[in-house]
Amino acid sequence: MNAYDIVLKSREKGRPTALTYISRIVDGFIELHGDRRFADDCAVVGGVGAVEGMPVTVIGIEKGEDTNDKIAHHFGCAHPEGYRKAVRLMKQAEKFHRPVLCFVDTSGAYCGIGAEERGQSEAIAMSILEMLRLKTPTLSLIIGEGGSGGALGLSAADEVWITETSTYSVISPEGCASILWKDSSRVAEASECLKMTANDLAALGAVERVIPEDGFSDAFFEGLKADIAAAFGKLKGLPVQTLVENRYRRYRKF
Amino acid sequence: MKFDFKKFFFRKPKNELEGSENQAPAAEGPPQEAAIPEKLAEKCEGCGQIVLADEVAANFGVCPKCGHCRKIDARARIRLCFDSFEELFAEEASGNVLDFPGYSEKLASLREKTGETDAVVTGTGVCGGIEAAVFSMEYRFMMGSMGHAVGEKIAKLFEYATEKGLPVVGFVLSGGARMQEGIISLMQMAKTSAAVAKHGEAGLLYISVLTDPTTGGVSASFAFEADIIMAEKGALIGFAGPRVIEQTIRQKLPEGFQRAEFLEEKGFADLIVERKEMKEKLCALLRLHCGEAIA
Repeated sequence: MNAYDIVLKSREKGRPTALTYISRIVDGFIELHGDRRFADDCAVVGGVGAVEGMPVTVIGIEKGEDTNDKIAHHFGCAHPEGYRKAVRLMKQAEKFHRPVLCFVDTSGAYCGIGAEERGQSEAIAMSILEMLRLKTPTLSLIIGEGGSGGALGLSAADEVWITETSTYSVISPEGCASILWKDSSRVAEASECLKMTANDLAALGAVERVIPEDGFSDAFFEGLKADIAAAFGKLKGLPVQTLVENRYRRYRKF
Repeated sequence: MKFDFKKFFFRKPKNELEGSENQAPAAEGPPQEAAIPEKLAEKCEGCGQIVLADEVAANFGVCPKCGHCRKIDARARIRLCFDSFEELFAEEASGNVLDFPGYSEKLASLREKTGETDAVVTGTGVCGGIEAAVFSMEYRFMMGSMGHAVGEKIAKLFEYATEKGLPVVGFVLSGGARMQEGIISLMQMAKTSAAVAKHGEAGLLYISVLTDPTTGGVSASFAFEADIIMAEKGALIGFAGPRVIEQTIRQKLPEGFQRAEFLEEKGFADLIVERKEMKEKLCALLRLHCGEAIA
């Protein structure tokens, strides 16, 4: 598969979305709504549950399955209140010493009048900043599209994993081609140039692990669940200061 | 020969997005030519009125008629607000990590044109008797876009300030992350945010001054993580650029949308500052936070 095939695959209909991952990996998930400031953003789903018996806070950007569902979830484009809800839940996780698990799948943060009025930049900036200094383990999984700042807002974690046919990029290849070359038909070329596929990202050190997708079988979810529990087990064993310092180093190296 | 009065007096300003780096060197010609200034008057990009070039220059690049702020380069911005400046980390430069087509050539030509290695100048300076770490972003270098070099210099500056116990003043100007550096440029948002967080945890002051434009990845990281956020009058500040929003929602944006005044009204900027009072405001804030005692 070339880079553009992977870009298309990462957006394909029928791919498991964040809520599917949550239902397969997190037991007894209870959704917690709202940012306690303005509203509940349906593009960001959050709550508590357990992974192999370990209580965790889960946050996911949900794109929705069918058309109505997609509309209800704003196509996985979060508003500022989505990032503020995420921060609220992360701080809650810190208080109760729970690890934070994020599922990221977004073409980007919501682009519109309301989002700007309510401070999209500030919301994303503070989500990144709070996540970086959170005194509890964090793990982000990119499960489809990792679109720019909107994805980074929930991906400034101790470890970032990505499934095989997912992408993570500073800009969409369409945006890149049209801004740089004034030619949106050169999207395949831009996909290559941006080095946005899972394997390219691993080579650049932007992700710790590439997860083979295996047709999203039962074994895929079972294996992933075990890996997540093991990773949290290891991270929980670190003194908090080391955890936060290691995270600092992880991003400092770029 | 017909004397073209208009051409003689007025020079159409360059498109600001292209960057008008060619501040033509003083004409070196026969004496009678040198006696005529390069331009006597120019058209303001803000109000379209004809203004005297000398008057604009004396007014810190602000139109005396409508108050439109022309972009000024990174070092001029520092000179405007600081009494002294010592540069740090000047050696940091971005390479073409992704082998992005045309990027190496672009970097080389911009370095030659602007004399800067990348889109930010960092160092320490004194403002109103208070020493501070300062960074200032350069519009002539890819509109202040953030790649490795910009992120590295800003992170190093915050680390330096944390170690020395200095406040940070940052003049922000950026179109966002630099796409030619792909994921590396996105990671700069996290890297700079981490350095800002450490500086803040040490109890130190960070003032960001958002100037025209502040958008994208820079806006969604260190620009909005400051203790005090100043915005220069009229500056465009936002996450998505207005053209992108208009294309997405297919409607015209209201007048003044994403301007500094809009940000203040919505509660995202602490204060709007005019260019001529910027130094005074920064001095006052620095003194309140870092002065020995208030006289």
